[in-house]
Amino acid sequence: MTDGIWSAILGRFTWTALPFVRAWETPTISEIIGAGAASVVILGAILLATLLTVYRAWRPLWSEWLTSLDHKKIGIMYVVLAFVMLARAVIEAVLMRMQQASAIDTPGFIAPDHFAQLFSTHGSIMIFFMAMPFLTGIINYVMPLQIGSRDVAFPLLNSISLWLTGGAAGLMMVSLVIGRFSTGGWSGYPPYTELAFSPDVGPDYWIWAVTLGSIGSTLTGLNFAVTIYKMRCPGMTLMRMPLFVWTSLCTSILMIFAMPPLTVATALLALDRYLGFHLFTNDLGGNMMNYANLFWLFGHPEVYILILPAFGVYSEVVSTFSSKELYGYTSLVLATMAIAVLSFTVWVHHFFTMGQNADLNAVFGIATMTIGVPTGVKIYDWIWTMFRGEVRFTVPMLYSLAFMMTFVLGGFTGILLAFPPLDYLVHNTLFLVAHFHNMLIPGLLYGMLAATHYWFPKAFGFRLNEKWGRISFSCWVVGFYLAFMPLYVLGAAGAARRTQAFFEPAFRPWLYVAGIGALILLAALATLFVQLWVSIRERDANRVAAGDPWDGRGLEWSIAAPPPEYNFAVVPSVAGRDPFFDGKRSGAAYAAPARYGDIELPRNSATGPVIGIVGAATAFGLVWHIWWLAALGTLAVIVAVIARSFVRDVHRIVPAAQVERETERWLRTVSAARAIPREIETTPANQGLAQVPA
Amino acid sequence: MTCPARRIVPFALLPPALLGGCSVLKLGVVNHAGPVAASQWHLYLIVGAVLVFVAGPVLLLVPIIAWHYRLSNKRSAFRPKWDFSWPLEGLIWIPPAGIVIGLGFVLWHYTHKLDPYRRLPSSQPALEVQAVALDWKWLFIYPDAHIATVNRLAIPIGRPIHISLTSGTVMQSLLVPQLAGQIYAMAGMTTQLNLEASRRGVYRGENTQFNGQGFQNEQFDVVALSPADYDRWIAVVRTQAPPLDAAAEAPLFRKSVLSRPAYYSAAPARLFKTILTRSQGPAR
Repeated sequence: MTDGIWSAILGRFTWTALPFVRAWETPTISEIIGAGAASVVILGAILLATLLTVYRAWRPLWSEWLTSLDHKKIGIMYVVLAFVMLARAVIEAVLMRMQQASAIDTPGFIAPDHFAQLFSTHGSIMIFFMAMPFLTGIINYVMPLQIGSRDVAFPLLNSISLWLTGGAAGLMMVSLVIGRFSTGGWSGYPPYTELAFSPDVGPDYWIWAVTLGSIGSTLTGLNFAVTIYKMRCPGMTLMRMPLFVWTSLCTSILMIFAMPPLTVATALLALDRYLGFHLFTNDLGGNMMNYANLFWLFGHPEVYILILPAFGVYSEVVSTFSSKELYGYTSLVLATMAIAVLSFTVWVHHFFTMGQNADLNAVFGIATMTIGVPTGVKIYDWIWTMFRGEVRFTVPMLYSLAFMMTFVLGGFTGILLAFPPLDYLVHNTLFLVAHFHNMLIPGLLYGMLAATHYWFPKAFGFRLNEKWGRISFSCWVVGFYLAFMPLYVLGAAGAARRTQAFFEPAFRPWLYVAGIGALILLAALATLFVQLWVSIRERDANRVAAGDPWDGRGLEWSIAAPPPEYNFAVVPSVAGRDPFFDGKRSGAAYAAPARYGDIELPRNSATGPVIGIVGAATAFGLVWHIWWLAALGTLAVIVAVIARSFVRDVHRIVPAAQVERETERWLRTVSAARAIPREIETTPANQGLAQVPA
Repeated sequence: MTCPARRIVPFALLPPALLGGCSVLKLGVVNHAGPVAASQWHLYLIVGAVLVFVAGPVLLLVPIIAWHYRLSNKRSAFRPKWDFSWPLEGLIWIPPAGIVIGLGFVLWHYTHKLDPYRRLPSSQPALEVQAVALDWKWLFIYPDAHIATVNRLAIPIGRPIHISLTSGTVMQSLLVPQLAGQIYAMAGMTTQLNLEASRRGVYRGENTQFNGQGFQNEQFDVVALSPADYDRWIAVVRTQAPPLDAAAEAPLFRKSVLSRPAYYSAAPARLFKTILTRSQGPAR
């Protein structure tokens, strides 16, 4: 009788779902690592709560950040989320590399089941909760500033997207403390993830975390696309948009079309697991091939969702730090659009080995190679942008150069993999793992790190420490080559991916080198945090309040750093591709507006946090079969949406007098600042005012 | 075997090749042992050679141009407004497109030539083998000899092997890197793989698709024998191995890792077909 009550209240939960209990019962190193990770989550949460209480920061955190609809603050919160998740996923990667290096003909220290959870969370987090929030955050911050807008088209939806992603990421963290995660990898292929083979809560955590995240990303895509179509300032025609805005637009379009297949795939898998459907099961007519197609119909465009924004960042960075107009703007726009369209035509290359006929494989193989053409064009466009320029080797520029050199190698192996007969040999091996890390580390991570270094002074008003930036950069590059080049060799020797132990002594030296590379990547991550710490400590010496530390070109540099909440005192109007750069040359920049007006901004709203937190709670209820929680949560989400629709007072006014006061103060800062030449832009002499050559 | 661990650690930053690490490539397609893998390796070389000309210019131009046009080099030209040139535009679009078109023909040809379903040309009829993916082992049925093995695939050299695959559990993927590429094995479906060994030897075979806790142990040896040895082997298994009856079959379908290969005589003729259709019944 009491059993029935407990299971109604707690669903499938039992004490052994807690890693502490498991570590107590079977104290192996593997279980102790699991319990240690859980304690880090719990202690981290306690520490954060204590600090917030001690510094009385709960209220300001809630009213100025968590409920904010300001695209800039939402962008920053996305990036913070990305860094937290990056830290977890990098540590997981290091653990896996250490395990593999120590498990040649021995079991190593991480049990197979634990290892499988590690590669599943590593992949899922890196894609859905590191890469996606990172690029969404950067676009959120930068894109509206670049198109001369005061916010995105749907500020509330923006907050809801953030909180859905945050809730899903929270679910990933909870899975460390309660229960276990999926062992089915980031792609969650059935039938392995079906009830018949994985009856535990793991795949359910994966399904609901990915579902929440994918809904958030679909909404984000819609929001960004509408913003770019409808909210550009006067004169900002499509062909005058900064290239980062173009890549943001293409990414948004890809999100709109590619995320729904993922939501559908995970929802259908949920139907199988919860309601006894047989869509992807082995029996009763199920067919997992349908899942593979749906998943990769999302999965391949996803690659370009991740990479295109970085391409935009590189376009901005290379042009700015070469003091030169972007070479082949039209070419770059066409290439970006071509990539976006072609990305929907290649998904079969993820399963050339599924037994379809040679004609089909050949068509998809050729389509895959075709994407290489516009991608190559982009790289050459950046090279010709540096050509006859004045290149400065700042941290963002170093990342861009490392990207060009490294990405080409990934493209090389990508073309190899596009050949079905060659793919047959290295599919599912470490060669493939090396290839996609070779694309995504330079093609996403370097880009986002370049973006943070480039736009950080804009967002916070001071530059990041250059020395630590270079140290971190060196670690990211050296670590990458050491960690992943050996995997190409191992993959060519037939070493399967996702393997907890190896039995070939010949693999040993390569696994050691890869392990050392992983440790250097861990150092790279650590030095990023050191850099942030040092930069915050030295912030007063490195202020760039005038707002233009790099002799920038676009509208985002034409305002104070950090920008006022309304971005622009008056909405700018532009007449070219590099409005601010040209303005500085013609003397039109830094002009006081003739007239100030009241500015209407969206009022803060708790709807986003409520939907995100309640949504995650619903998902948690579904994972553990705590039906009352799931029902209550669903109801609460519906009530929150209906209640919000009755709120009429959703705007607030920033009075003209305040705008005038703030703008005048900034203009005084500008006129007090010393204009500096590019040679000393990385020294404290840089106050954010660029010297314009006569 | 040539890489003692203690020596590696202090020198791990050196290329492992210096320490005998290149022996690892002997396990892969580089050391191909059959016509399919040989042809695949040939294709690697062709595509790799072409790609050197694609990647090479970028690898050269990026450092040269970035360094030459550095800010501190006051002798280099500076044209901040220069942003387009038709000849350059042609140079960055047309040759890459041409290379992709050329490679497209190569791809089409080799994809058909090396289609895993395509029978290998030979004067002898292909040896039929049926492979069943199980957790965490491979069952190989020799329908003509009425024998079966687990985790060991013995084949005669010089004769094409035609493998039909299915799975008695989740999806798996069969790969023997020195002989041919991989193909998935899926429950309720049959896929095919054609391969051939041209020299005697023991080649590593594996499942590359993660399928649970015993995944890393799901490896098997492909033993390529001379035709005479192969016939002798068949005869020995037929006469000395236990029969594959219901009692022997049941444990194979349970999740387990076998420490050594197993051999069975009297494999039921319809076993593969039974496994293939059984998955369409209710879940067990």
